[in-house]
Amino acid sequence: MKIPVSWLSQHVDLPAGTGVEDLDAAFVRQGLEVEDVLRTPATTGPLVVGRVLEIEELTGFKKPIRYCLVDVGNPDPQGIVCGARNFAVGDFVVVALPGVVLPGDFAIAARETYGKVSDGMICSVRELGIGDDHEGILVLGTEGFEPGTPAAGLLGLDDVVFDLEVTTDRGYCMSVRGIAREVAAALGAPWQDPAAATPPAWSGEPAWTVEVEDPQRCDRFSMIAVEGLDPAAPTPWWMRRRLTRCGVRSISLAVDVTNYVMLELGQPMHAFDRAAVRGPVVVRTARPGERLTTLDGVDRVLDADDLLITDESGPIGLAGVMGGASTEISGSTTAVLLEAAHWEPTGIGRGVRRHRLPSEAAKRFERGTDPDVTVVALARAAELLAGFGGATVVGGVVDVDTRGPRPEIALAADRPQAVAGIPIDTETVVDTLRTVGCTVESAGATLTVTPPSWRPDLTDPADLVEEVVRAVGYDEIPGVLPTVPPGRGLTPAQRRRRTVGRALAEAGYTEAPAYPFVGPAVLDALGLPTDGLLTLRNPLSDEEPALRTSLLPGLLGTVARNLGRGQRDLAVFELGVVFLPGDGTVAPLPPVDRRPDDDTLAALLGAVPSQPWHVGAVLTGLREPRGHWGPGRAADWADAVQAAHTVAGAAGVELTVRAGDQLPWHPGRCAELVVGDVVVGHAGELHPRVCTALELPARTCAMELDLDALPEAPVAQAPRISAYPPVHSDVALTVASGVPSVDVEAALRAGAGDLLERLQLFDVYTGAQAGEGQKSLAYALTFRAPDRTLTRAEVAEAVASALASAASVGAVLRGEVGQAVADGA
Amino acid sequence: MSGANDPFDPKQVAALSPEALDAAVTEGRAAFAAAADLDALAAVRPLHVGDRAPLSLARRELGALPPAARKDAGQRVNAARVALAEAYDARLAVLTAERDERVLAEERVDVTLAADRRPRGARHPLTTIQDRIADIFVGMGYEVAEGPELESEWLNFDALNTGPDHPARSLADTFFVAPEGSGLVLRTHTSPVQARTMLERTPPIYVVAPGRVFRTDELDATHTPVFHQVEGLAIDRGLTMAHLRGTLEALAKALFGPDSTIRWRPHFFPFTEPSAEFDVWFPEHRDGPRWVEWGGCGMVNPRVLTACGIDPEVYGGFAFGMGIERALQFRHGVSDMHDIVEGDVRFTNAFGVEQ
Repeated sequence: MKIPVSWLSQHVDLPAGTGVEDLDAAFVRQGLEVEDVLRTPATTGPLVVGRVLEIEELTGFKKPIRYCLVDVGNPDPQGIVCGARNFAVGDFVVVALPGVVLPGDFAIAARETYGKVSDGMICSVRELGIGDDHEGILVLGTEGFEPGTPAAGLLGLDDVVFDLEVTTDRGYCMSVRGIAREVAAALGAPWQDPAAATPPAWSGEPAWTVEVEDPQRCDRFSMIAVEGLDPAAPTPWWMRRRLTRCGVRSISLAVDVTNYVMLELGQPMHAFDRAAVRGPVVVRTARPGERLTTLDGVDRVLDADDLLITDESGPIGLAGVMGGASTEISGSTTAVLLEAAHWEPTGIGRGVRRHRLPSEAAKRFERGTDPDVTVVALARAAELLAGFGGATVVGGVVDVDTRGPRPEIALAADRPQAVAGIPIDTETVVDTLRTVGCTVESAGATLTVTPPSWRPDLTDPADLVEEVVRAVGYDEIPGVLPTVPPGRGLTPAQRRRRTVGRALAEAGYTEAPAYPFVGPAVLDALGLPTDGLLTLRNPLSDEEPALRTSLLPGLLGTVARNLGRGQRDLAVFELGVVFLPGDGTVAPLPPVDRRPDDDTLAALLGAVPSQPWHVGAVLTGLREPRGHWGPGRAADWADAVQAAHTVAGAAGVELTVRAGDQLPWHPGRCAELVVGDVVVGHAGELHPRVCTALELPARTCAMELDLDALPEAPVAQAPRISAYPPVHSDVALTVASGVPSVDVEAALRAGAGDLLERLQLFDVYTGAQAGEGQKSLAYALTFRAPDRTLTRAEVAEAVASALASAASVGAVLRGEVGQAVADGA
Repeated sequence: MSGANDPFDPKQVAALSPEALDAAVTEGRAAFAAAADLDALAAVRPLHVGDRAPLSLARRELGALPPAARKDAGQRVNAARVALAEAYDARLAVLTAERDERVLAEERVDVTLAADRRPRGARHPLTTIQDRIADIFVGMGYEVAEGPELESEWLNFDALNTGPDHPARSLADTFFVAPEGSGLVLRTHTSPVQARTMLERTPPIYVVAPGRVFRTDELDATHTPVFHQVEGLAIDRGLTMAHLRGTLEALAKALFGPDSTIRWRPHFFPFTEPSAEFDVWFPEHRDGPRWVEWGGCGMVNPRVLTACGIDPEVYGGFAFGMGIERALQFRHGVSDMHDIVEGDVRFTNAFGVEQ
């Protein structure tokens, strides 16, 4: 809502010296956010009112040009060349005399043009920087001005406009009336309610027949008729100026007046061309198949929920939202039906969204208007149309008023102070609520409060509390820390996520959270399933309508973006949720006046699809950088597996790895990540086809696992640390290349028994010497007993047993690389 | 030279004479001093302190002396041996030190050559700042509550006093899950976690809920459709707006420095009443100290308590919520939202593991 200070000060007696900053603070204090403070661009120099005395039409040029003699208060008229044609002799206009600098550093000087000397300029609204209108020059009117008067003040060039954000609960602040009331309250200044006027007692039969079929959605519908409107009567310049400054375009006197009254009183109105309305007006909901062409020229199919204003011809207006084209005020309209009504807000909101028609009227009705002022608004409009358009009211007012009494709210007088935490006495509570406009009756500790007609938002004691505390001032409330009972800290799952993220970061991965939106293109490229995905009804992009079931699309996108920006070596990770397909259960929408019963709540929570936390990582380029120490090392599948181990280690669970075959991984380079018996994810090199499809470097590697599938870490048991010396023994085994090393290792461990302290694979050899289809695996075994120094015989027996066990997976001794050596013995 | 069992012959024990011993010591000292390095010292060592050295040989002659003379001679030999050993050790120490100094000098490297041999990673500042805020509240006794990103419409809206016709529910702001009427949305704020918490727990409740939320804004320099909030909720007996202010002030000081504080501007939210937006005073702002808009807060609307099964006559409380991206923007001087969401490693790596 834009409001010029000049308009505001017409209704509020602003204390002397009230500056823009004071008003700004007052608005903020009342909960009206100041979005912008608009000042007219500066004009300097002699800008004056002029009166057109003579017009000479110059011909022979590309376009019609006028040479005018204008009285600017000097003995001799000023000769000015002008290209506009929207003025006549006798009109008062605004003249920039030589020496004026208009906004945009536009300096005016006497100059020769079109064969004449132009001694100044007649200004348009746009040239003055007070609007966008450049159709013609600004015509002030034909009387009431004095040539030569300085025009700056007249035009409000020094006027400031506040652009306020009005929250949805404060519909009454979408008017000068409402804002004046707030500013007056904030500054403690007297003010005049522009709606306080008593409407005249129009005599005669009601001007029209009106029936309201749906009083629930329209509890007041008022109408008057005017005749004798001069269709050519212009809107006075000051009204146009105010409309412009408030962001409303001037159209015609009748329309401008309804808009002006809406801005002034907050009551949107509609003007029908009376000659076009056929028979009684009926307010009702739409019937099947009905259509309406609205003022914006759109032919709309109506919904059974649409509330309409109709006549015998059918719909003539979408109630509270927009009028119909068939009854629009035209250039020849002389008789007008003026309508002002009170509509139920949520129905208006539904209509606005259904038809995507956010009009100025609907904005106000949606927030709730003051049902008391419909007739006051009609009277104000009639007065303006009479004054500037020669119109007179004919017949009596139509006023279908079915409102019930306004509900009372019981408020404990000590409630505001209990909420605010500072003392607020009953007197202050009562005074404040009365200032707001409430009727307050006191009965002991309880106040009976009836909110004013313009405050439909005040329905609960809490709403009244806010009014009181806001008036007392939020700044009056000190800060006090509550005494919070002891908490239990982070949950194990929360701690785990942090530890995992930190571990990956410290292992050289950069966290890169991505949007969760995916589309068929990337899913197909990755070979991920596209069936049963959760999709959005209104995705940002039609290319990505679904919610991710894997972190990889996002991570690979991040990698591609970084590569595109010149990075080469990348290791990124994400910790985030994925969205598993639901079972299609509809989440219920129970009432909110009580807690949902247990079954409903279970259904509500159960309908929300499972969203487990995953962790994913992607690597490409060098995993270890090159430097003076060497050429670096390219990231490979084993790094991806290592990332999984890093995660498992941080999570405190044991992870085993076996060969897997799962897209988007390379079928021969995919590790299945297993915890217990559960496959929790995969790691390895991406399928070459995936790299090609996504234009990623060959051999890009990735890991993803379901963090929520990892069991809680067991409480670790301390090992016994033996003080006896270890015995080392290295063995090299030859085994068929298809046997996973993890199987050989498991066999060695099983055979070596409890004396084996540590086992490490330190070499893999697949060359010719290993034999066709064979590989050689070299292991370092460390033996140690908890209670004694091992003898050579004991170690030899354990090694033999390990080798025998290894033989069960086909691994045979190729050579005992190192002899058992007792350290430190 | 005589054997141990040879009969006594004074002429043969001239080696034990004081003169001979002195000469051996003097000679040895001179030899050690002349040794220029450890190798030279090692070469002369056998000649003066080894088994075949004159003093060692002289010592063997002691047995040949009569017991009366043996004691004196023995003391003389030992003194000479100690003197020579000390001379040797002293020279050895000097030469070892010289050698060490030379070797260490030779082993000098350019330590400025050292560089990361392992790549450095980082956590995203969105993560670390959420952790930091959570820690501040955990320190006050709060717990960290969670809820799903894909949420039921009822918890995201209805339970929070945002009825079916509320403008915020329209397609213009909210991502709805297909098909129409699924009752599911991508949560538009972290506030449904409030509702979940109240439905699951009994007061007193003190929780914070950081998390990711969604609105149908296009990505530009100041908006992103996927962003983060942190929500706080306290439900207890006797909580007031003063407690709300105290809590937010404590957060501001912990996150933005001891000189930070907050101020309120009245505002409207369906789920709180009274409601306010709040600004924080940020002394370290890169454009100079200033108030920065950060979040919304208020006293929980009794209607919300009712919908969640908490008796508003007994319990009350406060709630607050703020944007994490916004905090990042002013705390760290991030000027473009794209940098926060695009995953450019140059951006994230600047924040390290713990920011």
